[in-house]
Amino acid sequence: MSDPVTGIITPVRLEYTYTPGVAASRFLKRIASKEIVGQKCPRCAKVYVPPRGSCPKCGVPTEEEVTVADSGTVTTFCIVNIPFAGSVPVPYVSAHILLDGSDIPLVGLLQEVAAEDVRMGMRVKAVWVPDEELAPTLLSIKYFTPTGEPDVPIEKIMEYRDA
Amino acid sequence: MRDVAVVSFVQAPSVRRDPARNEVEILMPVVSAALEQSGIPLRDIGFTVSGSCDYLAGQPFAFVMGLDAIGAWPPIEESHVEMDGAWALYEAWIRLQEGDIDSALIYCFGKSSMGELPEVMSMQLDPYYLTPLWPDAISMAALQARAMLDFGSHDEREMASVAARSRRDAASNPNAHLSGDFDVDVLLKEPYLVSPLRKHDCPPISDGAAAIVLVAGDKAREICERPAWIRGIDHRVEAHQLGSRDLTVSSSTALAAEQAGGRGGAFDVVELHAPFTHQELILLDALSLSNGARVNPSGGALGANPMMAAGLIRIGEAAQRIMDGSAARALAHATSGPCLQQNLVCVLEGE
Repeated sequence: MSDPVTGIITPVRLEYTYTPGVAASRFLKRIASKEIVGQKCPRCAKVYVPPRGSCPKCGVPTEEEVTVADSGTVTTFCIVNIPFAGSVPVPYVSAHILLDGSDIPLVGLLQEVAAEDVRMGMRVKAVWVPDEELAPTLLSIKYFTPTGEPDVPIEKIMEYRDA
Repeated sequence: MRDVAVVSFVQAPSVRRDPARNEVEILMPVVSAALEQSGIPLRDIGFTVSGSCDYLAGQPFAFVMGLDAIGAWPPIEESHVEMDGAWALYEAWIRLQEGDIDSALIYCFGKSSMGELPEVMSMQLDPYYLTPLWPDAISMAALQARAMLDFGSHDEREMASVAARSRRDAASNPNAHLSGDFDVDVLLKEPYLVSPLRKHDCPPISDGAAAIVLVAGDKAREICERPAWIRGIDHRVEAHQLGSRDLTVSSSTALAAEQAGGRGGAFDVVELHAPFTHQELILLDALSLSNGARVNPSGGALGANPMMAAGLIRIGEAAQRIMDGSAARALAHATSGPCLQQNLVCVLEGE
């Protein structure tokens, strides 16, 4: 009797042509010129970045485009201690960043700051890739880094803390 | 059994490829139109359930993003099936039988154009023996067609006739995108795509979405002049392994139709979810209808086949004909899995 088969490897590979949609396409095109645009809900006035063409809270289409800042506030963060292929050296911080003028945090990499110094409420700004490398992708933002401004009081970001 | 009726049905016009819009952008106008047609705002809908497939988007939990089209705040009672929307409708119908709510919203969407659909479909097979062989959807359907032809119950001319009739009917359906006037003799001279299937035997690849509102009892009569009452609904599944099934017949369709009260019945209109021509022939054998019902006046899945929506659209098309007064009794069918593995039958009637 031969050894029992305890496992098999069956490689799976599927290729997709991703369609970001009308709203996100506009967002990506503007990123290439260092501009971050969101969309404002006509009903609740919340601004979504990146925009997806709808307000998930109200279920209505969002059309009004608004430019938001490339600086913002850390609402919450995670210290990553386990490296993976292609990751920046650990420990590093992945943070939720509420850009000024937006109502939903973006996930961004924090650099030029020690992990133990990152705080909820910390002010940060985007560091863009050199102009010649700008492209319609979020990779156009290399990372975020502290601005040195005073922290935003935690009460002011409570609404966005868990988002 | 509590009386439950379709009171509104809306679908996005299917297209081969929607290059601009994402799923939410396709879905949003469909859902809002279905709600508007029902006159029930989302906050008064008792239960919401969707049907979609993450493999079509190539993204885990893609179905959660579908909720962006709904506005699920404050939180709603919501569910999802990783299947065609017809099964979402079945879940909604069961939920309405509980009696504590009166309405349900069902929506579904599929953007097949983003991946290689025939290969994506092989992901639904058993992962040990079949998926590693990468049998694509058309090849599997061809195996079934070959089995049917060898058995001798139908021939290639009948298959081509299904294609010609469906594509002709699709011409008057603004939501279909593959239509035209074809001569059966000319079709039969076409080369095989995957023997014994020719191109005309296969469905188009479509991007689309659909939504239905179900309402129970007298409330349905209040908001709809002619509600399409669900008189019976049932679904049955067969073995996962193609090799352990008789592919020349559809025993699950026969059983579901029996349970739904549709087998051997007389209908004004029948909407069958048969993506491949030979499958319509197998389904009609299983249903043993007693009169010359009009089959797939919409053109069926051969005119537009938005994955995860084409089944619900069959129920919607059948219900629409009752709501507009052109039919009194209709049968709708939806299928899931390779070679008609799982089948749902729904019997609809006017008052």
